Amino acid sequence: MSATTPGLIPQGGALSLPPTFVNDDESIRSWLLTTDHKRVGILFFVATALMMALGGAFALVLRIEHLTPERTIVDALAYNRLFTMHGVVMVFLFMIPAIPGAFGNFLVPIMIGAKDVAFPRLNIASFYLYFVGAVVVLIAMQAGGLDTGWTFYTPYSVQSPSAVVPTLMGLFIVGWSSILTGLNFIVTVHTMRAKGLGWMRMPLFVWSIYGTSIIQVLATPVLGLAVALVAIDHGFDWGLFDPARGGDPVLFQHLFWFYSHPAVYIMILPAMGVVSEVVCTFCRKNPFSYRAIVYSTLGIAFVGFLTWGHHMFVAGLSVFDAGAFGILSMLVGIFSAIKVFTWVGTMYRGSIAFKTPLLYVFTFLFLFVFGGMTGIAVATTSLDVHWHDTYFVVAHFHFIMVGGTLTAYFAGLHYWFPKVTGKLYSERWGLLAAALVSAGFFVTFFPQFLLGNAGMPRRYYDYPPEYQTLHVISTVGSWVLASGMLITVGYLFWALKSGQDAGNNPWHSASYEWLTRSPPPPHNFDDTPVFASDPYDYTETGATQR
Amino acid sequence: MSDAGAEHLDHFQDLEQQAHAARLGIWVFLASELLLFAGLFALYASYRAHYPEAFGWGVEHNVRALGTLNTAILISSSYAVATSVHMLRRGRPRFAAGLLVFTLACGSAFLVVKGIEYAGHFRDGVFPGGHGEFFVGKPEGVKVFYTLYFLMTGLHGIHVVAGMGVLAWLFARILQGKLTPPHTHPLDIGAVYWHLVDVVWIFLWPIFYLTPGTF
Repeated sequence: MSATTPGLIPQGGALSLPPTFVNDDESIRSWLLTTDHKRVGILFFVATALMMALGGAFALVLRIEHLTPERTIVDALAYNRLFTMHGVVMVFLFMIPAIPGAFGNFLVPIMIGAKDVAFPRLNIASFYLYFVGAVVVLIAMQAGGLDTGWTFYTPYSVQSPSAVVPTLMGLFIVGWSSILTGLNFIVTVHTMRAKGLGWMRMPLFVWSIYGTSIIQVLATPVLGLAVALVAIDHGFDWGLFDPARGGDPVLFQHLFWFYSHPAVYIMILPAMGVVSEVVCTFCRKNPFSYRAIVYSTLGIAFVGFLTWGHHMFVAGLSVFDAGAFGILSMLVGIFSAIKVFTWVGTMYRGSIAFKTPLLYVFTFLFLFVFGGMTGIAVATTSLDVHWHDTYFVVAHFHFIMVGGTLTAYFAGLHYWFPKVTGKLYSERWGLLAAALVSAGFFVTFFPQFLLGNAGMPRRYYDYPPEYQTLHVISTVGSWVLASGMLITVGYLFWALKSGQDAGNNPWHSASYEWLTRSPPPPHNFDDTPVFASDPYDYTETGATQR
Repeated sequence: MSDAGAEHLDHFQDLEQQAHAARLGIWVFLASELLLFAGLFALYASYRAHYPEAFGWGVEHNVRALGTLNTAILISSSYAVATSVHMLRRGRPRFAAGLLVFTLACGSAFLVVKGIEYAGHFRDGVFPGGHGEFFVGKPEGVKVFYTLYFLMTGLHGIHVVAGMGVLAWLFARILQGKLTPPHTHPLDIGAVYWHLVDVVWIFLWPIFYLTPGTF
């Protein structure tokens, strides 16, 4: 907008500060048509945060429904629709785009000293593809009431009289967004690094986004194909997965999990990148082994493609195939353990600053190890036959997805809040909310392990009365979890409006994104950045160089 | 994209970096496209293993001459587009543009031949999903074969059309004088995409035309 001069704006009386990416041009139009990766990141953040709130609201209703056996507040059909919407929204519209789309977009170019991502217009196009796809999915599910579960298993998904076709079309569009985001990051990391910034000096968050992007680019098209085939089968009756016409419904499961298993690494790898950054900054130490984290990131990205069969142990896999998929799945556990030991080793004899991001990381470590160990358990064929499709599996993946990814998401949110906004949030409220989220999470999902082991199947509306106590505990936990999140929303908004100025580097971090101002200028750096020291150099000489 | 040939976009340091990013970008995109087709090839392999006789019979029923003609057309077009890249780099834009016209003509010819084939199928009562009188009394594998045939050649056909769109746009850019050395990498990208179209067909050709019978 031309009403204000883009450039110097008066602040705090006579002082004139150089422009930041926020106040350089404040018109709505400049935000909606932006090609600035930082603004695209914020658009992604706002959209995905709304999706998290929506998916969380669905989950709260589901939990309330389970306070009593049979009907509590919704009928069985509404229950089926709710768990489908919860899954679809949380997986495809929140978890997958959230950290890469929001934090990745904001930080990766800054961390490698670039002015922007390689293809800025593709970047904003990727956001709008996500936006349009998400709107289509939400309208379809609201109007048509999808009841297939987020996995869309054939043959039911082909026959379900609900809005299968428009929902899958929306997901197809969201998939394009994911592919283009991944493509952009791969090319950006390869070609846009500042002079002198070698691969083995990149911040670990960049590595994790890079590994994630490879999965996004290579796995997402297969999901696109799978959902398109189901939509075609549903719409035109082509019967490719219909046994009555020679099709095999299990082949859909293969295609679906070829994407949807690596997709959990799309969710957890960026979270691991956040943890690496937070641990180093708040323990003021270089990582115990930088290379171990890098190689285990790439290892997870690679092996993740070879594990999909462990979702199908009861779908008629041969004993040999099941065993092979089980062992390959356990390799992921080894790579993850390498990371966990490295993070803990980093903390050892570090100078620990016990702030909100680090508390979230402690929660992450506990829940992620817990979820990971149960993952090894369900990757064991003989055990999985007992736990398959029970609450045990539900608890397992929520420990990874919520206990892992979501806590890391909150760690990153608090860690980079001053970077993005230039403001400080209230540490006291932050720690309180983190404690509530951590405790609430555990109370919600730990009983679900017990429920599953006792035989409670997932996605069931009704249950025998002996399961009620554990269901009630789980539901109460969900309220604690939700209250922690609501408090977070409250104090972060307050901080945004009237928080203290953070200065450029409130955490005294050595990582590259803190070398520039907070909030960063429109082109990220006022001068051409020189990354003289390592991003995790907390030695005396390293500190004096900056 | 800036209008003057040798200029680069603001966020790049120089044209070389911009061209590098663009070239890497298209290869990453092709990797993604490859996995899209790979899913269908996996379905084909799986169903062919399940219905060997029906698939062998289906391949025999397709017109091998037309499939082979289309292969020849696409390979010629790929040669033309590669030569076009070479000519543009050598500073001969009119020659390059002419070769693109030839490539587009090949693409159109491919679609015409494919259309003739489809018309023949429809006349015989062969429609995707096992619909049509052709399938009465035929084993189920034949239905799956033709559903996959229409899916895979159809998806490939969409890519042919998209590739022709890209090449037509590049043709216009060349005529407007907007692609001159050293700013020639957009044509590289269009050409690489066109090669993908060609390569996918080179794999569709044997599985739908050349391999009758069972193994």
